[in-house]
Parts: sequence; structure tokens; C-alpha cells
Amino acid sequence: MDTSRRQFMKAVAGLGLSATLGGAGIARADTHELPGLPNQFGVLVDTTVCIGCRRCEWACKEWNKLPNQMDLKEYQKDQNVFQAFRRTSADTYTVVNRFENPRDPSKPIYVKKQCMHCYEPACASSCFVQAFTKRQIGAVTYNPAVCVGCRYCMAACPFEIPAYQYYNPWTPQVTKCTFCFDRISTDGGVPACVAICPVETMTFGKRTDLIDLAHKKIRDNPGRYVNHLYGENEVGGTSWMYLSAVPFNKIGFRTDLGTTPIPTLSKAFLSVASPMYIVFPALAVGLYTFAKRRESVCKDEITEALKKKEGK
Amino acid sequence: MEAKVEIVQPSWVEEQLLLGMNWRDYFKSNLTPFNAVMAIILAIGIPVMVYRIFFGLGPSTNLSDYNPWGLWIGFDMLAGISVASGGFCIATAVHIMGMKEYESMVRPALVAGTLGYLFAVIGLLFDLGRYYRVYFPFFVSPGPNSILFLVALSVALYLHCQFFEWCPAIFEWLNLRKLRRWWIKGTLGFSIAGLLLTTGHQSALGSLFLLMPSKVHPLWYSDYLSILFYVSAIYGGITMVIIESMISHRVFADQLHGDDPGRFDRLTLGLGKAAAVVLFAYLGLKVLDLAHGYKWSYLATPYGYWYLFEVLGFVGIPALVMIYAVQNSRPVMVRGAAIAAAVGVLLNRVDITIVAFNWHLPWEYRYVPSWMEVVITITIISIGLLTFRFIVNRMPILHEHPNFEPEHL
Repeated sequence: MDTSRRQFMKAVAGLGLSATLGGAGIARADTHELPGLPNQFGVLVDTTVCIGCRRCEWACKEWNKLPNQMDLKEYQKDQNVFQAFRRTSADTYTVVNRFENPRDPSKPIYVKKQCMHCYEPACASSCFVQAFTKRQIGAVTYNPAVCVGCRYCMAACPFEIPAYQYYNPWTPQVTKCTFCFDRISTDGGVPACVAICPVETMTFGKRTDLIDLAHKKIRDNPGRYVNHLYGENEVGGTSWMYLSAVPFNKIGFRTDLGTTPIPTLSKAFLSVASPMYIVFPALAVGLYTFAKRRESVCKDEITEALKKKEGK
Repeated sequence: MEAKVEIVQPSWVEEQLLLGMNWRDYFKSNLTPFNAVMAIILAIGIPVMVYRIFFGLGPSTNLSDYNPWGLWIGFDMLAGISVASGGFCIATAVHIMGMKEYESMVRPALVAGTLGYLFAVIGLLFDLGRYYRVYFPFFVSPGPNSILFLVALSVALYLHCQFFEWCPAIFEWLNLRKLRRWWIKGTLGFSIAGLLLTTGHQSALGSLFLLMPSKVHPLWYSDYLSILFYVSAIYGGITMVIIESMISHRVFADQLHGDDPGRFDRLTLGLGKAAAVVLFAYLGLKVLDLAHGYKWSYLATPYGYWYLFEVLGFVGIPALVMIYAVQNSRPVMVRGAAIAAAVGVLLNRVDITIVAFNWHLPWEYRYVPSWMEVVITITIISIGLLTFRFIVNRMPILHEHPNFEPEHL
């Protein structure tokens, strides 16, 4: 539909005036000018509720057919994984980490980590084969059929989410959470992790509704949360958002990312790159003409000087 | 009885490929210490390359989910491309600005540049997870919103452009007179295309990092990344031409029939002057970047000391030495400063991709290249050097072909 038409336009643009239309594409995707994706889904994660059972990890592996050695009971019991901070990897789209609670050391804080599904994804703007797509319903999806494996998306992601199948020598892929795009595309579908959660840490719904809900929770429960909905504005806003009882930098979040969408940072360059292709040839021809003219003036002056000398 | 006089006419292969020798003599002439070193490098490096291909990036590199880019991107690709711009610098000066006295340096710079780009791309192929899809951005699924798309497109085009600029030398070698005469008419066009494409991709290479403000240390992250990369690539190219010509004058002395050493020194001084101007411009940009971004306070940290080591040691001091050497006509000093400045460009690219990248992470998550990555890098550079020598010994690169008129515009 709309997406495919835009992709087609971009593809056409890529063959010809790549930089020109490419710059325009980014301008169009700027948050400040977008009406928004009104039907965008999101998930609100309340980190004050999570008990660290890791069922979400297990369910994610099951649904996405990732290597999953243990059955659910065994998986839950394995508490050793909390010893070290973990990140997403080729076989794991989501991880739960444990943090010390500065308010109450007896109650550690568990934080689920997965792709944030940015409003304006850095991965999508970095990809030179358009392997990433921000879907109307919020999910940022990856298409392995076109991926070349440059791993620019991994370098660009501010949340350090995309991982790579480094141990697959022939057909390695980038891996990341899909927001269970296949599930949430159907009526009433929710992501596998949200469905299995026994304590309703996560709330799935329209992103706009979730923002209202989150602020209501903060207002209605004084002292329970810090007054910050992580993901509401970070790098232009994300589909997944978090509530916390302690400052976010204490539980593994970066609070220095700012609110500028990452793709905006490359906009200034892309917008001068295209006019350059028009202006520089003209400048070059100008330089060449000056050089030629200087040469011919020089020659004329020499001949004239020689004539004068002979005339005397 | 009449004595049988046998005139042995060397075959085409012997004439053009074996430098007029037969196979046996050619083989013997190659038994040199330099070649022995090269043979050892290739004997280790080629199996490692095969290992990378059959076993993948995981076993052969120290790349990780935190560190998707390592030595091959930082050194082979970014640093390699930045100092391979010599061909563009000299071709622009001679063919567009009309500085004819540097004509003799165009071809060596172009050959070195073409090979520099070619082997940078080969290094990149080892890094790409699915290298066999390297044409996908152009023909299967173009993503023009990406700065990397600009890089890929203009590097690919410029690689061809530089090769086209070098073609007349190949045609002279193969004695294709008509084709050469016709081809030379395109020289100005190729030079302008080269100017454009180089400006495009050198600045775009720096802009790749614009997307990573949260990962690259603020001293290296800058709004000016595009212009910083472009300007440093220009002096990187000029200083590399100074270095290449210095080495060529020693190694390929037999190729430079009747070359006047005084003229060579004058050219070196001229290039040194240009390099000094660009070095000072770069230094000015660096200061502007510190001031504009309020970054002064970072200087008094360990990263700051490293930054100062890079900027003062490999830009500031070479710039001062260079200007002094040019003023006092000291070509040897110019060459020394050129080496320092070129190393500085390489260092800057490695700093931004490896040293300053992920500076917020604890040490155990940081990247240090594996021995196999280093070996493959050294092997690629060695094959590049061997190719350069192969070409220079056979084609009219360092000297004019006796049977052809020089190609004036």
C-alpha cells in the first residue's frame, strides 16, 4: 500500500537522483512534520512490577523458533544468568537483567530489554538496502532477503539491539525483536512476551493510549515512579516505553540520548550532498577555463614582447 | 659453410609480462629478500583468508554485537580510502587547474589510487557477512536514504573513473594507438567526475558516524565530520603522493630514465606547500570544532590526551615542520613531515572507528582485533604492493612511453 509505493519511489530514486530524493525522503519522515502513525501500537513496561521470571525470554524463543534448550520450568529456575549484564544476541531477541534497587536492596529491579521500535529508527536510516521498515502498526521489521551484512545498523542503533549471526559463515543475518509483527497484525494479537507475562508487567495497546495511561499511573501513585516515561521522547519517541521507580540510568538505560531522531542527524549532510553534484562541475569548469585563459594571455604577452624587441 | 645465425625473437608474453626474460631468468630474478618476505606473508595470509570464508566472521574475528565494525572497516576501508585520494588530488591540480609541472606524477598517483581503492573494497568484502550480495544496493534494493548508499555508489563509480583515467597507460603498453587517442579526449571529463565523486564519498565516509552521537567520543564526534574527513583526505592524498614518489625514486630508479633530481625536489616542495596549507586548514577546523561544541573540558581526560597526541603530534607538528621546510627548501624534511601527516590520517580513522567508538562501555566489551584480522589486513596490503610493482615495471607509469606523445589537454 502506502509503504510499498514509497519503497518503489525510493527504489526508482536510488537508480537516478539518489541523493536528491533520498534527502527529501528523510525530511518527510521527520517527526515534527509527520501527523504520526495514529494506529501505532506500543508496549508500556512497568519495571516496578516485573518479578524476573524470564518467561518472556522463553516465549520469545519459542515463537521465533530460536534455539531453546530448556522447558519453561527449567528456564525460569535458571537464576545464574543474572550474575552478568546481558544484551540481545543472535539467539536471543529479548533479555531480562537484574539491577540493585537503591531504595530497597531486598527487592532487586528486573528490566526487560528488546528492540524499542523507534518512531524514526536509526537502523532503517542507516541501511543501504532498505532491509528495515517501520510499519504502520509500529513494528520495525527486518528483511534478511536483501541484507548484505555491513552491520551499519548495529553501529547506528542507540539502544544496542541488533545482533549478528557471526557464527554462520554463508548466510548470516542481523537478528532483532520483530514486535511479533505476525501476531500483532491479526486482530487481538499481542506479542508472545506480553501474552505469557504472569504479572502484567507489560501493557500492549495504542501508543497514544499508553502514554496517557503511563502519565495517569505516575500521577495516581505519588512516590511510586520517577516522573519520566522512558521512550516517550527519547530519540524522537519509541513504541516500547518504560516506567521506573528509580532514575533510568540506574537500571541500564542511557539517559543521554536526547530527543532528536537519529535519522535527522544525517539530514544536513544528505541535503548538501546532492546540490554539490551540480555546483562542483560548474566550479571545476570555471577553474579549468581560468587556467586555460591565463595560459593564452601569457602566450600573447610573450609574443607581443618579442615583437616589440624585434621592432626596436 | 655459412654460420647459422639464430635470432631469438622474444614472445609477447616474454616481452610484455616477463620483462623481456624467459621463464627461467624471470624466476631467478625474483629470488630477492623482499619477495621472500612477501612469500611468507602470502603463505600465512591466504589460508587465513580461506578460513574466514569457510568458517565465518565469528571464529576469525573479534567482532561482536557491541562492536560490529573493526580493523577491516577502520583501517582497510576508512584509512585506506582516505590516503588513496592522491590520484584525485594530482589529477585535479594538473587537468583542471592547469598545473602542468606535476604531469609526471599523475600516472603513479592514479595507479596507486586505483589499487588503494580496489584493495580497500577487497578488504571490505572480507568484512561483509554476505559479500556475494555486494551489488544489492545498486541493483536489487537501493536504500538512498542511507549515507552508506552514497559511499557505496560513489566509491564504486570512482573506482571505475580512476581506472578509466589510467587506461591510456594500459593502451600504450598494449600499443593500441587509435583507442588511446580517442580515450584521451575524455581526460577532463574523468577528472571532473573524479573531483565530484571523491568529494562525495570522502565526506560521506565521515558522515557515516553522524548517526552515532551516543557511541563515538565527543572529541571525535562532530557536526563537521563530513568536512573534516574531506579535508584530511586531501592532505592524506597529497602526502601519500610525496611518500610514493620518494619510494618510487629509490625502488624504481631504473624506470626514471634521465630524471633530474633537482626537478623532483622542486615538485616535492610544491606538494609540501599545498599539504601545509591544507594541514593548517584542518587544524583550524579542529579548533573550531572544539570551540563550537564546548569540548574543551574533555581535553583534560585520558581520551583528551590521546586526542591531543593525534591532533598535535600528527597534524600540528607536521604542519609547522612542513611550512618551515618549504620556506627553507628542505625536501627531505618535507618527506618526513609528509610521513607523519599521512600516519596521522590513518590514526584518525582508526581512532574514530575503534578507539573512540563505544567509549562508554567497560573494557571487557571493547574491541581489539584478532590476529587473523591483522594477518588478512597485512596480506591485502602486500598483494596491493606486489600489484603496484607488477604494473610499474611493465607499463609506462613512472616514465613517458618513448613511442607516444605525452597526453596534453
